[in-house]
Amino acid sequence: MTTSTALSRRPSYRFSWVGMIGLSIILFWALVALLAPHIVPYPVGEIIDEDYFGPMSGKLLLGSDYLGRDMLSRIIMGARYTVGISLAAVCLACFSGAALGMAAAVIGGWFDTVLSRLLDALNSIPSKLSGLVIAAAVGSSLGVLVVMLAVIYTPGAYRFARSLAVNVNTMDYITVARTRGEGISYIVFSEILPNIIGPLLADFGIRFVFIVLLLSGLSFLGLGVQPPYADWGALVHENIGGLPFGAPAVIVPSLAIASLTISVNLLIDNLPKKIRDRSA
Amino acid sequence: MENLVEIRNLKVEATTDAGRRLEIIKGIDLDIAPGEIVALIGESGSGKTTIALTIMGYARPGCRISGGSITVAGKNMVALGERQRAQVRGLEVSYVPQSAAAAFNPSKRIIDQVVEVTRIHRLMPLAQAREKAISLFRALSLPDPEGIGYRYPHQVSGGQLQRLAAAMALIADPKLVIFDEPTTALDVTTQIEVLRAFKAVMKKSGSAGVYVSHDLAVVAQIADRIVVLRGGEVQEVGNTADILSNARHPYTRELLSAFEPKARGASVVAVAESRPLLQVSGLIAGYGPTQADGLPLVRAVQEASLSLERGRNLGIIGESGCGKSTLARSIAGILPASAGKLTLDGRELARSARQRSREQLRELQIVFQHADTSLNPAKSIEEILGRPLKFYHGMKGKARDARIDELLDMVRLPKSLRSRTPAELSGGQKQRVNFARALAAEPKLIVCDEITSALDTVVAAAVIDLLKEMQRELALSYIFISHDLSVVEAICDEIVVMYNGRKVEEITPARSKVPQHPYSQLLFSSVPKLDPGWLDSLERDPELVKTYVHG
Amino acid sequence: MRTYVLGLIANRLGSSALTLLIVSFAVFFATAMLPGDTATILLGQAATPEAVAGLRAAMHLDEPAFLRFARWLVGLLHGDLGTSYVNNVPVADLIGTRFVNTMRLAGITTFFAVPLSLALGITAAMFRGSVYDRVVTVLTIGIISVPEFMIATSAVLLFSVYLKWLPALSFASDATSFAQVLKIYAMPVITLTFVVSAQMIRMTRAAVIDTINTPYVEAAILKGASRWRAVLLHALPNAVGPIANAIALSLSYLVGGVIIVETIFNYPGIAKLMVDGVSTRDLPLIQSCAIIFCVGYLTLITFADIVAILANPRVR
Repeated sequence: MTTSTALSRRPSYRFSWVGMIGLSIILFWALVALLAPHIVPYPVGEIIDEDYFGPMSGKLLLGSDYLGRDMLSRIIMGARYTVGISLAAVCLACFSGAALGMAAAVIGGWFDTVLSRLLDALNSIPSKLSGLVIAAAVGSSLGVLVVMLAVIYTPGAYRFARSLAVNVNTMDYITVARTRGEGISYIVFSEILPNIIGPLLADFGIRFVFIVLLLSGLSFLGLGVQPPYADWGALVHENIGGLPFGAPAVIVPSLAIASLTISVNLLIDNLPKKIRDRSA
Repeated sequence: MENLVEIRNLKVEATTDAGRRLEIIKGIDLDIAPGEIVALIGESGSGKTTIALTIMGYARPGCRISGGSITVAGKNMVALGERQRAQVRGLEVSYVPQSAAAAFNPSKRIIDQVVEVTRIHRLMPLAQAREKAISLFRALSLPDPEGIGYRYPHQVSGGQLQRLAAAMALIADPKLVIFDEPTTALDVTTQIEVLRAFKAVMKKSGSAGVYVSHDLAVVAQIADRIVVLRGGEVQEVGNTADILSNARHPYTRELLSAFEPKARGASVVAVAESRPLLQVSGLIAGYGPTQADGLPLVRAVQEASLSLERGRNLGIIGESGCGKSTLARSIAGILPASAGKLTLDGRELARSARQRSREQLRELQIVFQHADTSLNPAKSIEEILGRPLKFYHGMKGKARDARIDELLDMVRLPKSLRSRTPAELSGGQKQRVNFARALAAEPKLIVCDEITSALDTVVAAAVIDLLKEMQRELALSYIFISHDLSVVEAICDEIVVMYNGRKVEEITPARSKVPQHPYSQLLFSSVPKLDPGWLDSLERDPELVKTYVHG
Repeated sequence: MRTYVLGLIANRLGSSALTLLIVSFAVFFATAMLPGDTATILLGQAATPEAVAGLRAAMHLDEPAFLRFARWLVGLLHGDLGTSYVNNVPVADLIGTRFVNTMRLAGITTFFAVPLSLALGITAAMFRGSVYDRVVTVLTIGIISVPEFMIATSAVLLFSVYLKWLPALSFASDATSFAQVLKIYAMPVITLTFVVSAQMIRMTRAAVIDTINTPYVEAAILKGASRWRAVLLHALPNAVGPIANAIALSLSYLVGGVIIVETIFNYPGIAKLMVDGVSTRDLPLIQSCAIIFCVGYLTLITFADIVAILANPRVR
C-alpha cells in the first residue's frame, strides 16, 4: 500500500496509491495538452463522418460530433484550452493573492484593513455571476478569459494566504525576527513563506479545480471559449443536442473534465507525507 | 481487604501521524484499595494521564488499550463493551480534568452539567440532584452555593470552575475519583484553596482517588501512596512519607533534588563597578485604544521603575495577569510603553524596537517561554543560529560555521544537531537553541520570559544551571520573569514582586529573605513544600486572602 | 449584555451594507468598462454623430462615471432597475414573474437539501472514519469535483433517456396537474440538491467534527454519556453558529447551480434571463440580475452570522 524508505536519517516520504493514480492522470492530461497537434488522428475542423452524433467505432474511437467531426481529436485539442487557460489563470491568481495576503498580514494597519475589506467584498460575489458580468462587458477572447478567471479567484487566494500568514505572524519567532531588526521582505520570504508553502500549494490545486469548473461552466453556457476554438465545456455546449440520444459526443467531454478535477482532488488529499516520527 | 482497582500488565499503543504504532504504556501493574488516594507522578510523556483514563476504559483518539486487564470493582474495563463502560463512567469512576474551563460546555448552565451524571444514570429526581449539588458546592467552600450553579462557565473564575468540576465528579458518590492535574493551571495562592477543598471532600466522602500530577509537593499534601512513572513504566511505588524521605530509585531522587533550595552564590563580576546597566522609570504599558491622557485603556503595567546593575540579575515575580510579561515586552520594545523612560548602559532606549538602533537591539535580547513557537519549524538549527551572526556581525562561511559549533558547545548541545529542524528536538534542547540564538548576538542583557515554565522540573533545573554558567563566562545580566519563586530565587540577586500591574516590593535575598509587603508574604507562603503536613499546618489571614486571591 | 448583542448585530449589518456597496460598485464598473461606446453599439455603426450624441446625453453617458454610479444606485434603491437595451422594456417588468419562478426553485431545493445535508453531515461526523463516513466523503468530493452541467446531463441521461420517467425539458407554463408540476420540478430540483448538498454536507461535517474534538465532549463521554447524547446535547448546541455559516456559504453554490440548471432545463427564471442578456449584451438587465443575486446571497450570509452571534452563550 505504501512506499516508504524507513530507517534512514534523511526524512522519508510516504505516498499512497490513490495519490499516485491522481498524479498519473494529471500528468497524462498535461502530456496530451502539450503534444496535442502531433497526436490528433484527424484535423480538428474536418468533417470525417457523414453521420452526426455517431457512436464509438474502430475508425472514430469516441464517435463523431454534431457535424460529423472526430470527437477524439476534438477532446485532445480541447485539453489544450481547458488545461492551458486554467493553469495560466490559477498561476496569476495564486501568485498575486499570496503576495498580497502575506504582505497584508505582515504590514497590518490600514493597508490590511482596506485591502481585506475590498477583496472580501469581491469574494462574496458568486463566481459564476462575476463570470457572466465580465463576459457580458468585455467579451471572451482567450486572453480575457485568463485575466477574468484570475481576477475572480484572486480574492479567495488572498484570503487563504492572509489567514495562514496571520497565524504564523503571531508566532514568537516572528517577534524575535522583528526585535532583531529584520525588514518586511525578510520576514515574508524567509520566515513566513517556508512555513505556509505546503498549504499554499494545496490551495493552488483546489483553485485550479474551481477555475476548470468555472471555465467549463461558462463555455457550456456558450460564454467561454468561442469557436473555432473549443475547450471541453464548449464541446458539451456544441453537442448538447445529442443528449436525448445519449451520444458519446456529449458524455465524453464531461468525463474528461471530471477525470482531471477528481484527480487533482485525489492528489491534494493524498499528498506525499513526510514521516515525522522521532527516532524513539 | 480486596482492592478496588487492579491493573495488570497494562499496555497502550498510540498511532503516530505516519501510521506507525508506538507502545506508550509498557506493561503496568497498579492496585488501589477502597478509600485510598494514589498519586501518579511523572513528567510530560510519562503516560500518567493515559493510565488514569484507562481506568475508565477510555483511550484518547489515536490511542488504544492493547493488552492487560483493568479490574474496577470486579469488572474488567478492557473486556467490557462501550455501553457497559458508559455505565461505570461517572457512576463508579469519575474524572476531574486539568482544565475545567475547557471541560465545561460553554453553552450550558453549570448546574445542568453538574447534575447530568444523575440524569444519564437515572439516579434521583432532578430537585434532589440539585440539592445535592448545592451541598457539594458548600462542602467545596464555593461562594454563593445556591446561585453559582445557575451561571454559565465563562462567568466563573478558574479556581471556582475547578472546584465545580470536582462537584460534578462527586455527585454520584463514585468509588473512585480521578484528578488529572487539577491545580496545574491555577496560581499558587488559588491552588491552596482548591487543594484544601479537594482534601476535605475526599475525606468526607471516603472515595478512593487517583491524583495525576507533575508536582511532588502538591501530591505530598493529598496522596497516601505515590507511583513514580517515566516513559510509560513504573519506576518506584511507595507510601508518601517513604518516597519523600527515603527514595530508592535514582529518578525519584532527581525529582526530589529539584526541590532543594539552591543558593544564588555571590555575583562573580565585581560589584565595585556598580554602574546601572538598565534603568526603567515610571513605565506604563497596556492594551486597547489610547485615551485622552495618552495612555492605553487597559493598563497592564502601572508606573514600574527598576534598576539593574551590570553582572547582576533581576527577578520579576507575580501571578497570572500581574503584568510581568507585559513589562518584559515593553523593555524589549515589542509592546512600546505609553510612558516612562528606559536607559540601557547609559544611553536612552526608544520605546519601540523599531526606533532602536541595531546595536541597541543586539545588546538587549529576549528569550520566550515557548521554545516551540520561538524557533521557526521550517529552518534548521544551523540557519536559526546563523542568522543573527550574519545580521549583527556580518559573519560568513567558515567563520560562521565555527561560531555555530561554538554556540552549540556553549549550550551543551552536540554538533550533530546542526542540520536538524526544531521538531526533531526535545523541549529542553529547543530551549537551549533558543538561548544560544540570544547568545549569538553577544548581548549585555537577556530578558528571560518564563523560559523554564514549559519544561519538566529536572530539565528546567539543568537550564538554570546553564544560565548561571554562561553568566560567569560572558559577564551577562538577566531579567528573569517567572511565576515560580524557587526558580527566581535560584538565579536572581534582586526580586521584584508585582501585583495588579504594580511593583509592590523589591527584595534582595542576600540581605533579607523575608518579604515585608502582605501580598509578597502571602505569595511566598503559598508555594507548596515537600512536607506532607504543610497544607494542614499552613495558616493564612482570611482578610489577606480575601483582598488578594480572586481565584 | 443586551445592548452589547445589539451592538454586535448592528455592526454586522453595517458591514454587510458596506460590502453590498462595494459589490454594486464592482458590478457597475465591470459593465461600464465596456470597450467601445454604448450609444454607438445600440445605434449601430451607421448612426449619425448627432444621433449618437443625443442618445449619450439621454442616457447620461457623457457624465463622469462616478455620477452615473450614484444615479444608478439611487434608482436601484427606488426600485428603478433601468430599461432593457434590447427590447426597451423596463427591466423590472422582465424580471417580475421570473424572479418568483427562481425563488420557487431555490426554495424547494433548500427544503430538501438542508435537512438531508444536516442529517448526513452530522452523522458522518459522529461516525468519523467509519465506512459510512468514507462513502459519504468520497461521494461529496466526487460531486464537488464535477461541473454542475455534468450532474444535470447525467440526470437527464438516467431519468429521461434510459429510464424514461421524466421529460428532458420542462416548461413551467404547461403545468396543469400536480403530477405534471412534480415532473417539471423533479429534474432541476434533483440536480440542484446534489450540487448544494455536497458542499453543505462537507462543511457541516467539518463544523461538527470541530466541536466533537473538544474537551467538554470528552468530559461528557467520561460522565457516561452515550455517543448520541454527547453529540446531540453537548456538541451540537455549540455548533449552531458554524453550521448556520456552513449552510449559508453552501447556498452560494445554489446561485452557480441555478444559472446552469435554468439554462439546461430551459426554466423561465432570472438566471436564464441573465444568461440570455449576456448573449445580447443587455447591460441594465445584467446589472439588475447580478445585484439581485448578490443581495440574496449577502442576506443569507448576514442572517447566518446573526444566528451565530445569538447562539454564542458568551454574549447572550
